[in-house]
Amino acid sequence: MATITLNDIAHCYSGPSDDPDDYALKQLNLAWRDGGAYALLGPSGCGKTTLLNIISGLLIPTKGRVLFNEQDVTSRPTEQRNIAQIFQFPVIYDTMTVFENLAFPLKNRGRSKKEIDPRVIELARMLDLEDNLHTKACHLTADAKQKISLGRGLIRQSVNAILFDEPLTVIDPQLKWQLRAQLKSLHKQFGFTMIYVTHDQTEALTFADEVVVMYEGEVVQVGTPEALFERPEHTFVGYFIGSPGMNIVPCAVDGDRLRLNGHEIRLGQRYPAPPPGARVELGIRPEYLRLQPPDRDGLSVAIVRVDNVGRHQVARVALGEQLFNVVAADLSGLTGDRASLVIDPARANVYVNDQLYRGATS
Amino acid sequence: MIAKQQNQKAWFMVLPVFLLVAFSAVIPLMTVVNYSVQDTFGNNQFFWAGVDWFRNLVHSERFHSAFLRQLLFSGIILAIEIPLGILIALSMPRRGWGVPVCLITMALPLLIPWNVVGTIWQIFGRVDIGLLGYSLTALGIDYNYTQDPLAAWFTVVIMDIWHWTSLVVLLCYAGLCSIPDAYYQAARIDGASRLAIFRYIQLPKMQRVLLIAFLLRFMDSFMIYTEPFVITGGGPGNSTTFLSIDLVKLAVGQFDLGPAAAMSLIYFLVILLLCYVFYTVMSNIGMESTNHGGS
Repeated sequence: MATITLNDIAHCYSGPSDDPDDYALKQLNLAWRDGGAYALLGPSGCGKTTLLNIISGLLIPTKGRVLFNEQDVTSRPTEQRNIAQIFQFPVIYDTMTVFENLAFPLKNRGRSKKEIDPRVIELARMLDLEDNLHTKACHLTADAKQKISLGRGLIRQSVNAILFDEPLTVIDPQLKWQLRAQLKSLHKQFGFTMIYVTHDQTEALTFADEVVVMYEGEVVQVGTPEALFERPEHTFVGYFIGSPGMNIVPCAVDGDRLRLNGHEIRLGQRYPAPPPGARVELGIRPEYLRLQPPDRDGLSVAIVRVDNVGRHQVARVALGEQLFNVVAADLSGLTGDRASLVIDPARANVYVNDQLYRGATS
Repeated sequence: MIAKQQNQKAWFMVLPVFLLVAFSAVIPLMTVVNYSVQDTFGNNQFFWAGVDWFRNLVHSERFHSAFLRQLLFSGIILAIEIPLGILIALSMPRRGWGVPVCLITMALPLLIPWNVVGTIWQIFGRVDIGLLGYSLTALGIDYNYTQDPLAAWFTVVIMDIWHWTSLVVLLCYAGLCSIPDAYYQAARIDGASRLAIFRYIQLPKMQRVLLIAFLLRFMDSFMIYTEPFVITGGGPGNSTTFLSIDLVKLAVGQFDLGPAAAMSLIYFLVILLLCYVFYTVMSNIGMESTNHGGS
């Protein structure tokens, strides 16, 4: 077990470069607590897998250092880092049985049969694989294969961390829940550090104590699922997390007043004047918007569309040119194509040039 | 159970294929079958001979030795070309400018017509003007493929390796390239040695292409005719007279149509049988399930 620290890590696949745009991973500093469950969340191509491969040692970063417990392991090869990695597609050794698959990492490290056998049997029981121990691994289903990949990681006691690279991509939805729950309980039981790469926000938010959101090779926010939802540091986080994402619309801020399309709203905080020429935007979650019948207080909006999304409804409304998504349990009280939009001022975030703009409580 | 109404009219749809196969394969084959059970003294007069030709052939010394030579040749070819092909494929670069260079170099021998390959090696091995023959003789090695059976075999085998190993290489290379990187990464994480990677990842993943390479090389080498015919003409003596050369001698040289037809059929059945055996055995390697528990 180890604390993992990334010091000024940057990576460029074509070698050192002066152009920051060449970097798949821009300068970043991160520290992973021992035994924590982390998720790396971001769209495809944002550098998540690159970061993961740097931690596991499959890639040597162009710049910066990787520390395990204060020890520099940057140039150490994977096999010496005592790391396990589970890939998107289950990687199993086709010609081996489940037992041989699980025993393989120990066998390669020259452990004795006496040591290997009980360990494999114990692990197979924990992973519900004991019935298939002597089946050829290639005959199993995708989820069982993925469990074998996981098992090959867990078989080595005291791995520094287990890295997951979108491990549930090829698993059927019903089994996903099961596997995720199993993974969570294994994490509790063993206390290994877990780093989980995904582009699925539900997976990241249900899984991790702390979520690292990445965007175009940069870490835009590290925080608990609540923090990501309530106070996104970057408009991308607001937009990427949530379904639908945060409403982000241009506005102007003056002290504790927000001007939006000619209307004025009182905010819960007082903001310093933003720098001249900066792009100022309001970010508000669809969950914190309310629609009322048009004769009540609020901003007068036109209802463009209402979609049923499972147990709630999503209304798309237009305030002049600006479009908002509003999430509500029931919109049947609204008749006609106009309504009043109420913004919860305590939940409104202000962004200047995509970064969260902080004010003081007035 | 509800009795389904049977409509057999759809059989007419396969009629064109049936005709095509009949004219391209079945009827020509039947002509051969026809010859194989008859005897003739010319003038287009035929006599019923029953299975006599087959019986004679099965007991003929000449057929036995040609058959054994053929088996030996195919055996040597496969034993060298398959491992060599795997080895070359493993050492070929996976990316960069080396890939097209290697691929084109590998493909070159495959593009040369059989008889040209034969001619190239026929000249290459000549003691008076050929680079190979002349050099070997200059080094004091007694090499002359027109007189020494061993030298003739050596030349034919080396020529086949030169001509066809590329096929095995290309197939294996394709198989290797289709292995996702994750397998190699997982193997590194599991601490697998280079040998273990080959044994547990590369070889199993190449199994299908190897099966194809093996079958293709077996069939081709078992039917080899043009190249040894050009180089040695089956000689010296009968030392490089393989089945097909013997067959042509019998059919065209001696004009023994009956025995030649019988030999063709046996030849054909042997290839069919061996391919079936190889296919069954090779596609079952490593696939047997030792399932004791649940599903």
